[in-house]
Amino acid sequence: MRVMAQMAMVMNLDKCIGCHTCSVTCKQTWTNRTGVEYVWFNNVETRPGLGYPRTYEDQEKWRGGWRLNKRGRLTLTAGGRVRKLLSIFANPVMPRLEDYYEPWTYDYATLTTAPLQEHPPVARPKSLITGEDTRITWSANWDDDLGGALEHARGDVVLAKVSEQVRFEFEKTFMFYLPRICEHCLNPSCAASCPSGAIYKRTEDGIVLVDQDKCRGWRMCVTGCPYKKIYFNHRTGKAEKCTFCYPRVEVGLPTVCSETCVGRLRYIGLVLYDADKVLEAACTPDDTGLYEAQRKVFLDPHDPGVQRAAEEAGIPHDWIEAAGRSPVYALISTYKVALPLHPEYRTLPMVWYIPPLSPVVDVVRDTGHDAEDTGNLFAALDALRIPIGYLAELFTAGDPEPVEASLRKLAAMRAYMRDINLGREPNERIPQRVGMSGESMYEMYRLLALAKYDERYVIPAAHAEQAQRLEESVTECSLDYEGGPGMGGSGPFGETSGQPVPVAVENFHVLRERQTSDTAAGRLDRGARVNLLNWDGNGRPDGLFPPRGGDDA
Amino acid sequence: MTVLLWVVLPYVAILVFVLGHVWRYRYDKFGWTTRSSELYERRLLRLGSPLFHFGILFVLLGHVGGLLIPEAWTDAAGLSETAYHWIAVVLGTIAGVLTISGMAILIYRRRTVGPVFIATTRNDKLMYLVLAVTILLGLGATFLANVAAGGYDYRHTVSPWFRSVFLLRPDAQLMAHVPVLYQAHALSAMTLFVIWPFTRLVHVLTAPVGYLTRPYIVYRSRTPRPARRGWAS
Repeated sequence: MRVMAQMAMVMNLDKCIGCHTCSVTCKQTWTNRTGVEYVWFNNVETRPGLGYPRTYEDQEKWRGGWRLNKRGRLTLTAGGRVRKLLSIFANPVMPRLEDYYEPWTYDYATLTTAPLQEHPPVARPKSLITGEDTRITWSANWDDDLGGALEHARGDVVLAKVSEQVRFEFEKTFMFYLPRICEHCLNPSCAASCPSGAIYKRTEDGIVLVDQDKCRGWRMCVTGCPYKKIYFNHRTGKAEKCTFCYPRVEVGLPTVCSETCVGRLRYIGLVLYDADKVLEAACTPDDTGLYEAQRKVFLDPHDPGVQRAAEEAGIPHDWIEAAGRSPVYALISTYKVALPLHPEYRTLPMVWYIPPLSPVVDVVRDTGHDAEDTGNLFAALDALRIPIGYLAELFTAGDPEPVEASLRKLAAMRAYMRDINLGREPNERIPQRVGMSGESMYEMYRLLALAKYDERYVIPAAHAEQAQRLEESVTECSLDYEGGPGMGGSGPFGETSGQPVPVAVENFHVLRERQTSDTAAGRLDRGARVNLLNWDGNGRPDGLFPPRGGDDA
Repeated sequence: MTVLLWVVLPYVAILVFVLGHVWRYRYDKFGWTTRSSELYERRLLRLGSPLFHFGILFVLLGHVGGLLIPEAWTDAAGLSETAYHWIAVVLGTIAGVLTISGMAILIYRRRTVGPVFIATTRNDKLMYLVLAVTILLGLGATFLANVAAGGYDYRHTVSPWFRSVFLLRPDAQLMAHVPVLYQAHALSAMTLFVIWPFTRLVHVLTAPVGYLTRPYIVYRSRTPRPARRGWAS
């Protein structure tokens, strides 16, 4: 047994209202630079829908993740090492920019500089790639709230796996949101695809990162990731991905997406797992067995044997203790309500989801029945094969049983808690029907409904004695490094070449530049453009107002 | 003049090439990338890029064979001069044509596809110019000297000179009476090596051959803050 710790996340989809706050704050923090205009480390998809990039789940087309070869051995779907090197000069299956979307801004300057005319002037959309006028035809959430679903939802890869009749029904009955970040997999196929070895998994907390100094821009990781959560920065020529906000997590703060989540639907905590069992689990012959297999890789942090092995593996005591309080472990292994996203990609993802019960509740309520009665809800769960089939394609490679079990627990909790809230005698038969005790059901309710900040985010800080080893230490001034502040800027060998700067310094410079530079969307060149997404309300982006003075004619 | 061109210049080129790479690696690991434009345009790239790259790899092999391997060795292996000559010309021309057509497609793409052209720096343009001139001169030398002018055996002049430079016994006289095209090709190649470390060509030196042997998943500990690169460290 080789115990390792993994920082993981669970999202409760019932609570997601699709407000995109997580996406926007993440973008403000991480991808507000030129070169990654089209990139959303966090995005929220409406289901059914095409996703971002479009149809990324179609691995026949995009060839992401792992598969078992004829001999039952794990291989990269996009081909092994030799094949990768032979196709290195032009990656055959990399998504094009159109598969994401062409980022744009508006020519706001015309609004104020246009001469007097009969009709009000229009701010034309300008491509951030070419600087030319553009037609806006897609975005990261173009099919939000099933917008254009009649046209687009049929392209949903998951929906295509469910039968035709079911598909039609589905579009009428239910919709939910799916927020996605990098899965920080236990068996990351992006890292395995990287020819340079630049993508690594941190031994301490399992966060998957791209070493920007080692990345050479071969782009194989973009293909390798089945969730398409590695993006190519077309200005710096390097891959970028969700960092699990490591500078925050290292000091015990939740990620930006979690911190700003309006619905408070995200949980962050440690999961201890046996690294020796990862490969075996990823090689599970049956796709539908992967969910169970992955759960077996996780170790019970309350088990004294595991605790001892963890100490021997060098995991600090407070981390083991935090793993015991981890809401993520509780939701995955104790209550078994959280499920992995697309386990069939065999990467052993570590961002799990509690499937949404609300669509089922809505249907029951719409028929005029009591939507908080266990009998009605259970009957509805039995009857509503369609949404369950769809959820199963998302979370358990098509096996409806775990999804149903999870939803039944949520339904039972609803009914059980109603009795308590109304001051009635709690009906202990309800939790028994889903194999739980009243007490544990109440605990689950507490975690799902009431849990405060420090219960939702159990994040042990990186260690004080390791403070000097933190990539961005909080114990010293982050501007205090050789070369000092003022090192930002473009080197002589192309965009942003030169020495890497700490994230905090980079943000500092981006902010200052935004406020003082002559160009609005970063130091550049591509004609006047105003990117209000990048504008923080301070300063005056060029082009927002006409130039001062001297322009009276 | 002969000494300047065929003794001083090669050593300057080698020195700049080596030290340039060392300096660039220390100063600018972040800028060390292919700066791929595949995201902007894929159709032409998928045709032109493999053509060019595989072509240039063959050209490289050809140069290794022609410049580094002495004639005595091929003679010893029982390869007659005529046979060698024809193999070299035929394979060289094929590789050269592959490279040239790939490069033509890539340069056409770079000029005509809007986003790709915008992403092209002045540095890139200079590099493309020197690279294209070198390749054209090389192909021209092979073609004109061998096919049109009835053959030129560079293995008695250029190759020994090339080896003499690396053996630290440079013999400039060997190059003095070589056809102009060969001379021009060698000079232009030296120019290319001088600018090499300062262009995107650096990606060649980090061709990821290590991928074949390393474990799939890389684990790494939270490392100490990397010492900032620079001369004083």
